[in-house]
Amino acid sequence: MNKHHRSISILLLWLAPAAFLLLFYFYPLGSIFSLSFSRSQAGFFAPIIEAIKSSIPWRVLGFTFWQAILSTLLTLAIGLPGAYLFGHFNFRGKSLLQALTGIPFLMPTLVVAAAFNALLGPGGWVNIGLMKLLNLNNAPIQFVNTLTAILVAHVFYNTTIVLRTVGDFWSHLDPRINQAARMLGANRWQALRWVVLPLLAPAIAASALLVFIFDFTSFGVILILGGPHFATLEVEIYYQTISLFNLPLAAVLSLLQLACTLGLTVLYTRLIRRLSIPLPLKSTRVTYRRLTTRRSKLAAGVIIFSLLTILIVPLAALSLRSVTRLEPNRGEQTVSSPGLTLDFYRNLWVNSTASISYAPPSTAIIISLGYAITTTVLALLLGFPAALALSRDSTSHLSHAFDALLMLPLGTSAVTLGLGFIVALDKPPLDLRSSLLLVPLAHTLVAFPFVVRNLTPAFRSIQPRIRQAAATLGASPGKVMRYVDIPMIGRSLLVAATFAFTISLGEFGATSLIARPEYPTIPIAIYRLISRPGESNYGQALALSTILMIVAGGAMFIIDRLRIGEIGEF
Amino acid sequence: MKLLSINHISKAFGSTQALNDVAFEVNQGEILALLGPSGCGKSTLLSLIAGLEIPDKGEIYWNGVSLANIPPHLRKFGLMFQDFALFPHMNVYANVAFGLKMARMDNAKIDQRIIEMLSLVGLPDFSNRDVNTLSGGEQQRIALARALAPHPRLLMLDEPLGSLDRNLRERLVVDLQNILSRMNQTAIYVTHDQEEAFVIADRIVLMNIGKVEQIGTPQEIYNYPASPFVARFLEMTNIIPANIQNQAGGKIVFTDFGKFIIKSEFEGKVELLIRPDLARLDDTGPVKIKGYYRGVSFRGSRQRISLQVNRFTMAFDFPSITVLPEIGSEMTVSINPETAIRIFPA
Repeated sequence: MNKHHRSISILLLWLAPAAFLLLFYFYPLGSIFSLSFSRSQAGFFAPIIEAIKSSIPWRVLGFTFWQAILSTLLTLAIGLPGAYLFGHFNFRGKSLLQALTGIPFLMPTLVVAAAFNALLGPGGWVNIGLMKLLNLNNAPIQFVNTLTAILVAHVFYNTTIVLRTVGDFWSHLDPRINQAARMLGANRWQALRWVVLPLLAPAIAASALLVFIFDFTSFGVILILGGPHFATLEVEIYYQTISLFNLPLAAVLSLLQLACTLGLTVLYTRLIRRLSIPLPLKSTRVTYRRLTTRRSKLAAGVIIFSLLTILIVPLAALSLRSVTRLEPNRGEQTVSSPGLTLDFYRNLWVNSTASISYAPPSTAIIISLGYAITTTVLALLLGFPAALALSRDSTSHLSHAFDALLMLPLGTSAVTLGLGFIVALDKPPLDLRSSLLLVPLAHTLVAFPFVVRNLTPAFRSIQPRIRQAAATLGASPGKVMRYVDIPMIGRSLLVAATFAFTISLGEFGATSLIARPEYPTIPIAIYRLISRPGESNYGQALALSTILMIVAGGAMFIIDRLRIGEIGEF
Repeated sequence: MKLLSINHISKAFGSTQALNDVAFEVNQGEILALLGPSGCGKSTLLSLIAGLEIPDKGEIYWNGVSLANIPPHLRKFGLMFQDFALFPHMNVYANVAFGLKMARMDNAKIDQRIIEMLSLVGLPDFSNRDVNTLSGGEQQRIALARALAPHPRLLMLDEPLGSLDRNLRERLVVDLQNILSRMNQTAIYVTHDQEEAFVIADRIVLMNIGKVEQIGTPQEIYNYPASPFVARFLEMTNIIPANIQNQAGGKIVFTDFGKFIIKSEFEGKVELLIRPDLARLDDTGPVKIKGYYRGVSFRGSRQRISLQVNRFTMAFDFPSITVLPEIGSEMTVSINPETAIRIFPA
């Protein structure tokens, strides 16, 4: 095949992914732009000027930064000691602990919110325990609707980023550099301060910025645990769109959000490149030590205990609370004794009058599964050719451009994507308002960059010689693809599919804006149930969350088993 | 005057015994080499002396005072690492200044000391260089300057030339020896390379799997290896079983290549070491060894030939100029048992 031929076939591979991005990313985003700029009588920039004059964007922006900074600092405070532990020592149960600490990161937001509700909410374990103990009538701990709740949930979510990035880097750092400092007269702290921390700086900065970006764009956690008093940009966009129907202001906020996240992402990539110091990295076989002294054992115990408390207890509280009954169902005459029950799970299938949608909550499971399957198929159909193109041609400008382009949806907040869909896709030429495809399309936008990120290295790992060997044995390009490429990337394909499936199941930000009321997904159903009063609704919300948690956990387990290399990109 | 005493030290990592009852002393101004194959425990020993690890048993004394409760940064020992462990985020100046800053020396003095140190190691203009751009030999010198700058009471060097190529190593080991003796620096030099140890050390502690095999000057160790292990480590591989019997004319040793009279305190089963470097390629010596010439490995200044003597293959070194017969032909070498033979009890 000559060069000309080649670049044409690569262009063809990009056709579908590019068309998809154009229609469902750039077009909606462009619509947000035009909405915030042109609105007529008052002049071209009217909505923007109006928004800037009002106090809303600045207040919201201020709070968004404030909570993100606080959350990041807290996450570092919890994560760095853990990173030290993981990066330095080998101990029994370490890999299990590492796997456990990875769970929260991949949990859907709604599960996290529900988990903290089950632990510290008004009907959660801590409060009912205290009420029993102290004979109180009201919940003594006010956790939900506080800043603390937001911060704790963010720490829960993102600690694993610090643990993995910094811990992994630390584990490869040559311990002799630290020892050299000690031998030159530096005490423990001086060696840490002047030698180890500066060397860890890139890893710490990178993880901190990543955590910051996640905290900055956090939506579900703030909506549910923060309550009406706290609004980040994401939440404000949602309120302005759903409750107040002030689309122009929402659009302006979206642009602000977009500018911030893209700016932060650029900063992140720059920082990583700038700060990297050429280091002779060592195999962990050399660097790991055992816990020998009493002091190190004690410290390790404290760190492990706090990590487990912060990261695992809420999830345990959630599943336990979902099978516990504390008060009789409303309308029931007899007081059934408190205890274990599967009623909340059974009620998911009952179309009670208290139910919010016109169908039992279990419908949400079926809808979510349908959406997730559609998303998986779409994401693979789009991601496969894109990954193939990237792996076949990794040097040209075209590839670099597409590579960067693919990351844009990931750098855009989910609520912004949802808003774009609302603004752009509800009128001709593309009227998808009532289409069942709308939600899967939004999910695909989020999922298919992940698919590409997983498949490209797999394609690249196939040595050209193997394909050439197949060709010399008489296989046509199509046959080579069928009998060589696809079997060899099979595992990665499965990982990518699982990723897409899980992302779709848990997606809340975009879905909350575009889902039709009669077709709720699982997260939407949880949100509705948890915002309603009553033990039954609460229990059902937790039951649904537990189901989602188990599915997401199972998917992660599969991904972990199938993954060939080390931890992938977040 | 003895400064450092290693007093019956033992250390285990899990089930592996890294050091087993190790004891020796280091004198003021002396360069002591810890020599042994990799895995013999020499680096562990350095970590213990430095205070980076804690011994399971035994104690280490400095001037008669136990170091047990003194953390590494207060011991005033210097340690030069294998691969040097230069701080990659600091330039040459900051690397060398680090120990001085930790000792709270004032800046003017630091400047002066760094100039001194850099010219001592022969790199006077390297102050502002990025350490990541240095060659292996330059890194080695900077690491030495950094370790020497705070005037350590004891300098420890852990395979300091291990990662360099052979030519550079041979040159640097001489430089290193010069610098250390000029400063009258007390030092422990860890290496697995006997030639390096011979060049640099006043005394050698030869170790094998966690134990001390022999302590002595390079000459003592080479001429009077204390065990078959030491002999083999020094490439003296002709160790064969023999039997010594007390007879009327004195002690007679019975070997594969014949019997002859020998002076020895031992009787019965023994092992004989026949020095490969003290044989003659003729039959004029007191004891003749006959065999078949099997081949040669050329080593530059000398060549080592293989001689098959009955069941054993022995090695002998001759000057490289020596003309050798055809491979497979008969060959006779002769030795003087007084000098060329050492006897180990079996």
